[in-house]
Amino acid sequence: MTFAAGGGSVGRRDAWYHKPDVRRLGASLGVGLVLALVTGKDGRSGHFGSGIAAALGGVRVPSFLAVGLALWGVATGINRYGDEMRRALAPATAARKRVTGNATFRTTSLLVMLVVAIGIPPMLSSFWQGVLVEQVGIFMLLAVGLNVVVGWAGLLDLGYIAFYAIGAYTTAYFTGTLPVQPPIVLNPFLCFPLAVLACLLAGVLLGAPTLRLRGDYLAIVTLGFGEIVRIVANNSDGITNGSRGATNIPHFSIHLLGINYDWTLNSLPYWYLIMVVLAVVVLLFFRLEHSRIGRAWAAVREDEVAAQASGVATVKIKLLAFAIGASTSGLAGVIYASKIGFISPDNFLLILSISVLAYVVFGGMGSLFGVMVGAALLTWLPQFLRDYVPATDRNLYIGAILVLMMIFRPAGLLPARRRRTELSLHDIPEAETVAVPAPGSMGGSI
Amino acid sequence: MTELLEVDGIEVRYGAIAALKGVSFSVRRGEIVALLGANGAGKTTTQQTVSGLLRPASGQIRYGGQRIDGVPAHEIIRLGICHVPEGRRVFARMSVVENLQMGAFRFRRVRPEALDRVFTLFPRLKERAKQSAGTLSGGEQQMLAIGRALMGEPRLLLLDEPSMGLAPLVVRQIFEIIREINQQGTTVLLVEQNAAQALRLAHRGYVLETGRIVMEDRAVTLLADDRVRAAYLGEDLGEG
Repeated sequence: MTFAAGGGSVGRRDAWYHKPDVRRLGASLGVGLVLALVTGKDGRSGHFGSGIAAALGGVRVPSFLAVGLALWGVATGINRYGDEMRRALAPATAARKRVTGNATFRTTSLLVMLVVAIGIPPMLSSFWQGVLVEQVGIFMLLAVGLNVVVGWAGLLDLGYIAFYAIGAYTTAYFTGTLPVQPPIVLNPFLCFPLAVLACLLAGVLLGAPTLRLRGDYLAIVTLGFGEIVRIVANNSDGITNGSRGATNIPHFSIHLLGINYDWTLNSLPYWYLIMVVLAVVVLLFFRLEHSRIGRAWAAVREDEVAAQASGVATVKIKLLAFAIGASTSGLAGVIYASKIGFISPDNFLLILSISVLAYVVFGGMGSLFGVMVGAALLTWLPQFLRDYVPATDRNLYIGAILVLMMIFRPAGLLPARRRRTELSLHDIPEAETVAVPAPGSMGGSI
Repeated sequence: MTELLEVDGIEVRYGAIAALKGVSFSVRRGEIVALLGANGAGKTTTQQTVSGLLRPASGQIRYGGQRIDGVPAHEIIRLGICHVPEGRRVFARMSVVENLQMGAFRFRRVRPEALDRVFTLFPRLKERAKQSAGTLSGGEQQMLAIGRALMGEPRLLLLDEPSMGLAPLVVRQIFEIIREINQQGTTVLLVEQNAAQALRLAHRGYVLETGRIVMEDRAVTLLADDRVRAAYLGEDLGEG
């Protein structure tokens, strides 16, 4: 690949502006410029370009460009001098690995996280407690579920929020808050298994005919499914109460064996409930990932024919991923419905499916811990930005972060081990011919 | 010797195109049988039909007397038929060990003896156990593909073009290992374009041409046959 380096025979891909570093520089400066121009002061209507003109005046554009440049500098530095740095830091890394690889360290850090999750929320304002439950907690649960489908089985599901809706509407039905009455009115707790069942059923009904499709086709079908569920909920006035939705869905309550506890409008108890549900789900999924089934998902994602030849019933195993993801989403739906007490079709828009997918990709597809961190960060950030930037600008910043993330760290914030090798494999041209990849070919995966 | 696999007049279609037009052959217990033919003759199709990846439109396949045509692949593998697909198709981003574990997918647990056997046959794989399969060389990937199939502990091993794209020295090595596997008691159905090598290894051979069997005989006889030598061994008959 370096034959054409000299003279007039420079190949197109070798021109200076094709160099990965240069392309990344252009991309990060571009993102900075666009962000500087489209955020900030609103323009005056009727004066074309007045918002942009205002942004060009002050330090806005230069400072955004500077941030872009700094980011690029850091990333490029790591790329170029990373090996030297790693070598210099080797003793420290080894020491760190000795500590972090240690079982006691792991349990300790887990305990610390647990203490933080239990101890910090009571100190927060009720606004932030609400954000923790309605945004962070719910979406962590959703992201963990979608991770099974997208991250592990490699199925692109763009209608994931439909199962969240089915979970929420199941709760509304069995708590007697829909126009159609259930055979018996239940406590929201008992809606958990019913919502899981309903979502499993819906997942299998959707999956059985469609999971024979691959890639893009599946994405379109699931996209359609998500919209169908929402529109049916919107139009079936007599069953779902249409766009007015279900109101007065009761809170959770326990009256069992002398224990009496009622959840209320207060968010904090809901946070603990979500933590318990999330802990159970994560524990189950962690076991699943390292099981025979987890390996089969990875194999199907890699090469469906080879997986089939190895004895994997591919359609069944994909269906299983789909159903597990769907039922996790259903759990989140139950909690949401009971917490807010009101659901309508507007709670289940397509943008939510896309957001959850973004959290999964941002956090690191396939990494259980990564997608939770991704969901937590990206649901917290808009609320945090609330005090600092105009409301209309918030999503622009989130978008910019996603773009930069994909440029500099395409495998996500905390990538799964397997995904990491997946992306770095693209840098090795031919396994047969190349033992050591040429330096110029590394990191060129924009 | 008894028949392990009997293929009886199978026809396979891709839409309107008939790829196999009534192919019949048999594999006896303990044999290596070679299926030879040019590109597009139907070798791979035949093998994929036996392993359940394709369904025949008509005809029968019997394995140990039991009909298996139309049985899905994941059930066929449970009967002890393991398939090494064309082009190796290892799981590139999984480690060597994980690939082997996938080969044992039909069992609840991976038997350590099975893993040991593969590592004894292919010491190279043991050296690279934790490496991801995509970083292996072509020959090593072929070894891994065979090893993966052996993890399913087959009675009948289907090998599709194990010599494809490999250096002659590596091919010889691979074929030597196939002989060893066979001597340890596994029956082999081998699909090959490399007719000379395949016939030197096999007990019997069949020649496929455009979806039909046109010749069958003992391997040594085929190897000496003028038509085979002209068509598949690239020898000039004037000199022979």
